[in-house]
Amino acid sequence: MSFSWKNIKRRTNLLIGSALVMFVAGMAVFAPLLAPYHPTEDANILYSEEPPCEQFWFGTDIQGRDILSRVIYGSRISLSVGLFTQFMNSVIGIFMGLMAGYFGKWIDDLIMSITNILLSIPTLVFALAVMALMGPGLINVFIALGVTNWSYTCRLTRSQVLSAKRLNYVMAARALGYGKFRIMFNQILPNIMGPILVISTLGVAGAILLEAALSFLGLGVQPPTPSWGGMLAGAREKLFTAPWISIYPGMAIFLTVLGLNLFGDGLRDLLDPHITQQK
Amino acid sequence: MTELSNRTKRPLLEVDHLHTSFHTFDGVVKAVNDVSFAMNTRETLGIVGESGSGKSVTALSIMRLLKSPPARIEKGRILFDSIDLLEISMSRMRDIRGNRISMIFQEPMTSLNPLFSVGNQMSEMFVRHQGLTRREAWNRSVEMLEKVQIPSPGKRAREFPHHMSGGMRQRVMIAMALACDPEILIADEPTTALDVTIQAQVVDLMMKLRKDYGAAILMITHDLGVIAEIARRVIVMYAGQVVEEADVISIFEEPRHPYTRSLLKSIPKLGDASTHGRKRLQEIKGIVPSLADLPAGCHFYPRCPHADPICRQGEIALEEPAVGHRVRCIRHAGL
Repeated sequence: MSFSWKNIKRRTNLLIGSALVMFVAGMAVFAPLLAPYHPTEDANILYSEEPPCEQFWFGTDIQGRDILSRVIYGSRISLSVGLFTQFMNSVIGIFMGLMAGYFGKWIDDLIMSITNILLSIPTLVFALAVMALMGPGLINVFIALGVTNWSYTCRLTRSQVLSAKRLNYVMAARALGYGKFRIMFNQILPNIMGPILVISTLGVAGAILLEAALSFLGLGVQPPTPSWGGMLAGAREKLFTAPWISIYPGMAIFLTVLGLNLFGDGLRDLLDPHITQQK
Repeated sequence: MTELSNRTKRPLLEVDHLHTSFHTFDGVVKAVNDVSFAMNTRETLGIVGESGSGKSVTALSIMRLLKSPPARIEKGRILFDSIDLLEISMSRMRDIRGNRISMIFQEPMTSLNPLFSVGNQMSEMFVRHQGLTRREAWNRSVEMLEKVQIPSPGKRAREFPHHMSGGMRQRVMIAMALACDPEILIADEPTTALDVTIQAQVVDLMMKLRKDYGAAILMITHDLGVIAEIARRVIVMYAGQVVEEADVISIFEEPRHPYTRSLLKSIPKLGDASTHGRKRLQEIKGIVPSLADLPAGCHFYPRCPHADPICRQGEIALEEPAVGHRVRCIRHAGL
């Protein structure tokens, strides 16, 4: 494992990925400064469905709102949903995985059965069901995606714990009289964070896609709040007459997810000593 | 008054008819089979045996560090300062581990957590067992590093395990084990993974610290040289059983069990004909029997040069032909 600049520089995927992610993050943070118009209030029906031009770089939508501004503001929703839900998933998944891996026996069986059940339901269908139950809205998106998608993190953590708890320093820690939780959180967890970090990065991308899908289906963030998925939903019937309404938010989703995936892959390569040494 | 005098007479650690088995798919592996011994305060007791003789499992049973399942302590008692370690709760056991009985392991290279500095890991000991603040604990850690003869301990404490050599790491482990002034230090092959000159340094260090700290040491090893140097009394184990127990001089001068004798003959001696290539070194024929399928009667029977059909009839008892000298062989008197 080496974080030296030389190693980072050699990973093109990590560089491109982090550039894309930083670009989107910058958009989200500085949205009010970057957007030429207000995403919801600057609607002018006279400029409805304008194609991209000098005044509206990405064109306008049906209500005559600037698509560039809406895409910029939309990054706030996508990133916050992605980061927050993945954070919740990671916390739940890591905790459950540590429990299952360290204690084993019936706790392991129970937690693994729960993850098996969760994994057998398609994530989108599950999230849809939760959203249908609680009603649409941003807070409910957080909850629906934050509590349903921890199985991968949990299983990964568990498998890492299973191998880490056989290590000598864990045995030595037990011989020094350390308690279970001290060993789990102070000895094992820091040593298995690498792979968990990687899968969490990839999870952010997944969560962004899910939010887009939920909003596309009308159960996610409600209009007029700009979200990429919601913008796609409104543009569906104009796909052939005014393609710019759907192309730009679609591109935004694509580039963000691509960036996160490249970043995750690059991080994995960097953290995996086998790959680092090979090159 | 009588109670007090009784107490002082009792040994510090008493392992009483310990049976530990592993329940595997291939059957029950009897790793420790009726092992009894006692250890006094400040005593150095050595346990010698080949791989698989049950010496490490005995130590791990005392510490209750065996994973269960598959391991199970079937029978026996382990009395430490009149406490039966097999009966007390896990949380009481954790208060004893590291604090009153501590243990160091064979692999110093991997026994330290790679992510924390050495001083940090040592401090955690003091925080856990003595409730010191982080700063006090850090200062105590640096003191301990100095005690185990690590040069510039203040600087070394901030370093990470991968900055240190195997010998240094083993010293750090010893420092951690002795940090809370334990009554017993169990050393499970502490020198095996080190090269010979470092081995000697670590053994010397342990002998010096034993004097300073007054801890009893249970030294587990397959290296008879280490035993000769450090132990006062020796237990020889074979296939999960104690086959001989005596003071260190008797073990080397007049071993009574055929296994001990063969073991001593298999060590090359400087100046001996075998070291000049004129004579082959004596070996013990065959291999240690599978612990899942032990031979009836004497476990050493298939490899014993003095084997006799009567050795196979029933369990062999541990006899005491001379005071303090126990041997598990029915023919020891005639050999």
